[in-house]
Amino acid sequence: MGKNIDEKDVVLKVEHLVKRYPVKKGVFGRAKSYVHALEDVSFELRRGETFAIVGESGCGKSTTGKCVLRLTEPTSGTVYLDGEELTALSGAELTRARQKMKLIFQDPYSSLNPRMTVADIIAEPIDIAGTYKTREERDARVERVMEAVGLDLSYKYRYPHEFSGGQRQRIGIARAIALVPEVVVCDEPVSALDVSVQAKVINLLERLQDELGLSYVFISHDLSVVKHIADTVMVMYLGHAMELASADELFSNPLHPYTQALLDVIPRIADERIQDKRILQGDVPSPTNPPSGCAFSTRCPKCMAVCRERVPEKFEVEPGHACRCHLFDESLSEAERQFVAGKEA
Amino acid sequence: MALLNSDKSSRKVQEAERVAAGAAEALTAERTGAPARRASSYWAVSWNIFKKNKLGMACLVVVALLVIVAIVAPVLAPCDPDAQELSNMLAGPSAAHVFGTDEFGRDILSRVIFGCRVSLSVGVVSQAIALVIGFLAGVFAGYFGGKVDAVISFVIQVFSSFPFLLFAIVVMFVMGPGLVNLYVALGLLMWTSTARLVRGDVMRLKGSEYIQSCILSGGKSWRIIMKHLLPNCVSTLIVVSTLGIPNAILSEASLSFLGLGVQPPMSSWGQMISASQPYIQSNPNYSIVPGIAIIVTVMAFNLLGDALRDALDPKMRS
Repeated sequence: MGKNIDEKDVVLKVEHLVKRYPVKKGVFGRAKSYVHALEDVSFELRRGETFAIVGESGCGKSTTGKCVLRLTEPTSGTVYLDGEELTALSGAELTRARQKMKLIFQDPYSSLNPRMTVADIIAEPIDIAGTYKTREERDARVERVMEAVGLDLSYKYRYPHEFSGGQRQRIGIARAIALVPEVVVCDEPVSALDVSVQAKVINLLERLQDELGLSYVFISHDLSVVKHIADTVMVMYLGHAMELASADELFSNPLHPYTQALLDVIPRIADERIQDKRILQGDVPSPTNPPSGCAFSTRCPKCMAVCRERVPEKFEVEPGHACRCHLFDESLSEAERQFVAGKEA
Repeated sequence: MALLNSDKSSRKVQEAERVAAGAAEALTAERTGAPARRASSYWAVSWNIFKKNKLGMACLVVVALLVIVAIVAPVLAPCDPDAQELSNMLAGPSAAHVFGTDEFGRDILSRVIFGCRVSLSVGVVSQAIALVIGFLAGVFAGYFGGKVDAVISFVIQVFSSFPFLLFAIVVMFVMGPGLVNLYVALGLLMWTSTARLVRGDVMRLKGSEYIQSCILSGGKSWRIIMKHLLPNCVSTLIVVSTLGIPNAILSEASLSFLGLGVQPPMSSWGQMISASQPYIQSNPNYSIVPGIAIIVTVMAFNLLGDALRDALDPKMRS
C-alpha cells in the first residue's frame, strides 16, 4: 500500500500493561480476588500502520484499547504516545495528549447521542478543542469531514436514529477523524454491520489511513477482516498476548497452538469437511481463576508437563515473530516436555 | 400557414423546454435545498410532531387559557372576589352571580377566576424549584458517584421517608404561612422524585459511548452534563413535572385547608372546596365549580405532558 514510512517511527508503545479488576467478597467488601483482564501486554504501533488485536470474547482486546486511551486506568504498565509517557500524565496534560487519540466504537447505535444532530456530533471534538474561531470555519470543516467519509451534506441537521448502521458508523468515523488524530483505536468497528457494509467501512478506513496518515489499533475477532487490513497482528487469550507477528507471517506461519486453532476454523469456500478441522474443546477458563502455568494449557492440544506449572516466556522465534509458548523453549528437560492429554486438570 | 405551424411547434418546444427546466430546477432544489433544513432544529421538529397530536393541542389550549385567565383575572372577574354581600349569602345561580355566592355572599365565579392565579403559580413555581434542585442533585449523585452519591442518596432517603403532609406542615409552620413560603416549602418537598429519576437516568447514560468519546476529546464535566445528560433527561423531567404540577396544586389545597397555605381573604381552589364542606347539600355549586377547575387543570397538565413526551422523544419520530 505504498507505505514508505520510517520503520522506527513508533507512534504508540505499550509496555507490560496489566489490568486487574478487584472482585469484592466478604462482609467488609475487601478485595479477595481479581479478574485478570490483562497480563503483561506489550506492543508497538508504527506510524501509518495498522496493529490488530484478535481473540475470542473476553480475552482482553477491548480492555487493551481502553487502557491505551486511559478510559480505564491500567493497574500497571506504561503507554507512550509520540514518545510521551501517557500513563504518567494527569489533568490538563492528559487531556491535551489524549486529543491525539480517538476511538471508534463497536455499536453504531449507542455511540451517538440521539439528541444531537449529525453536524453537532461530528463537530464535538472541534468545539471542545476550540480549533476554529468562527462558526463558518467550523461548519466548513464539518462539511469537509462529512465529504471525506462519504456522508451526504444534506444529512447535516438530521438525527442519528434516521440512519442505517453503516451510515451511523460513518458518522462515528467522521467524529473520530474531525481533528486528524495520530492514533485511532477501532474497537470492533465493523462487527455490528452487514457483510456488504463491512467491506465499505473497511475500505473507508483504509482510504482515510492513506490520506491522513492515521495509525490504527484495530480490535477484532474476525480474522478475515484482520488479514485484509492489518500490518501486524497480536493474538490474545485470557488477557495474555500469545503471539505477535506481521500479518503475512502470522497467517502463513502460525506458531502458537492457539493461533493455529483459530486460523483452522476460519470458514473457507472449499470442499473441506468440518471433521477435519481441529476445533478447540471446552470453554475459556474464568479470568477470576486463571489456570496455573500457561493460560491456554487447559485446552491446548500440545500441552506438556511444564505448561501446567510455569507461565511461558516470550520467545522471539524469528525476527519480528514472538510467541509465548513452551514449545519454543530449547532449554526444557525431557521430563518437562512430557506430553499431557488436553482435557484433564 | 407553414409559418404559423412552425411557430406553433416552436411554442410547443418552448413549453416542453420550460417544463423540463422547471423539473430540473426542482430536482436540484431538492438536492441542494437540504442544507436549508437548518430551520428544522430539534425543537422545530418536535413542534411539528406535537401539532399533529389533537388531544395534546387541546390540552395546550386549555393550559394556555388557564394561564391567560390567571393573568387577566381582574378584567375577567365580574365582581370583586372579596366583596361581601351579606344579604345574599349562599345564593343559587343568578344573573349577577352565575355560580351563586358563598357563605359571605362573595361571587363564586370571581373567586374561582382569582383562585386560578394561586393554584397555577403554586404548581408551576414550586415544581420549577423542585426541578432545579432535583436535577442538580440527581446529576451530581449519578455522575460523580461514590461518596457524593452516598450523601445525596441519603438526603433523598431522609426527605422521602417523612410523611409528606406532616413535613409540609412543619416547614410552613417554621417559615410562616404565605404564598412565597408555600412555593419554597413545596419545592423543597418535591425535588426527591426528580432527583431519583434523574440519578437513574444519569447512571444509565454515564457509561454510554458518546460520553466516553466526549471525555476522550477532553470534554469537561459541565459540557457532558449540559450537552449529553440534560437533553437525554428532558423527557424524564417533563413527565416528572406533569405529575408534580397537579400534585403541588393538590398539596396547596390541603395546606390551605389546614390554614397554613394561602391566607384568607385570598382565594384558592383548595381553600374554597374545604370552606364549602358544610354547604355541599344546600349549595353544591360552591364545591363543584372549584372542583371542576382542579380536575380540568390537572388533566390538562397530565395529557399535555404525555403529548410533549411523545414529541420530544426522537425515537418516536418516523
